[in-house]
Amino acid sequence: MAETGQQHPISIYFWIWGLLFVFSAASYMVDYAGFQGYLRWSLIIIFMMLKAGFIVAIFMHMRWERVALITAIMLPPGALLVLVSLMAWESDYTWMTRIVYLGGELAPQPLPPPSHH
Amino acid sequence: MAEASSASRLQLVDDWAADVAVFRGVPWGKAMMWIFLLSDTFIFTCFLTSYMTVRMTTAEAWPNPSEVFALEAFGVPVPLLLIAIMTFILISSSGTMAMAVNMGYRRKRKAAALLMVVTAIFGASFVGMQIFEWTKLIVDEGVRPWGNPMGAAQFGSCFFMITGFHGLHVSAGVAYLLIVAWRVWRGRYEEKGYDIVEITGLYWHFVDLVWVFIFAFFYLW
Repeated sequence: MAETGQQHPISIYFWIWGLLFVFSAASYMVDYAGFQGYLRWSLIIIFMMLKAGFIVAIFMHMRWERVALITAIMLPPGALLVLVSLMAWESDYTWMTRIVYLGGELAPQPLPPPSHH
Repeated sequence: MAEASSASRLQLVDDWAADVAVFRGVPWGKAMMWIFLLSDTFIFTCFLTSYMTVRMTTAEAWPNPSEVFALEAFGVPVPLLLIAIMTFILISSSGTMAMAVNMGYRRKRKAAALLMVVTAIFGASFVGMQIFEWTKLIVDEGVRPWGNPMGAAQFGSCFFMITGFHGLHVSAGVAYLLIVAWRVWRGRYEEKGYDIVEITGLYWHFVDLVWVFIFAFFYLW
């Protein structure tokens, strides 16, 4: 019978394999070098998205699939982004409520006794 | 370029509107695996989202993963050493899996089966390291699902839930790989074709994909 499956030159897999190693090493170096703040976050997210994108597009062959399958699989996770944004958006408020009612090490400290001068 | 994109838009409408199977030319097993993986994406994202929520809202400081997961090598603590090794092992297993799929479609079934066994061995060593990591955390560091000596109590429950569910997926994947590899070796798919290797591969790459997000959000945050 005729083969209908995904056939691609084997070199492309070696390329992606190598790239995944490079991106993983790079994101590990972000931690090792001790980058903090926005720099850390943008680097980690960029390397994560690159790795995820190459795995799905090449290893899982998504870029060679029909548009009907690509949209059916790739669009629904958009709902998850909404969930993540909602939960992140609410977190300030929850955190503040916890600090006020439950205390914790970041809770406001009582004022020091007045000094007499 | 504009022509190509409008042509694929039409194809999309056509595929969904025609009174035949939507995913034309896609073996049903592959379509079902993709839909299963989509549902699994929702489960893992719910875990990671709840982790994000507790981490952003806890009033106590979160234990620093870079220090918690450090290992001593040659007398100096190296941050996240074991996790880095586990990451590279899982990526390599994805590489051998992609080769196995390719060999299957080239009708080199013994090569495909052997590469699947190599993938399974990588996966099993990943689970072994995870057992080591869990033991170290539970026995030496005293981390429990309800508390730990290093900070926010939810650290343990998030960690065990997320990495445990992922480890379960890896273990199931090892069994799945070995079963399919055995059948490929025996020549069971000579007539049917080797879509099965690609379908198994989709599951395995997904396990690697989930680890990419766990690595970024749990260990590097």
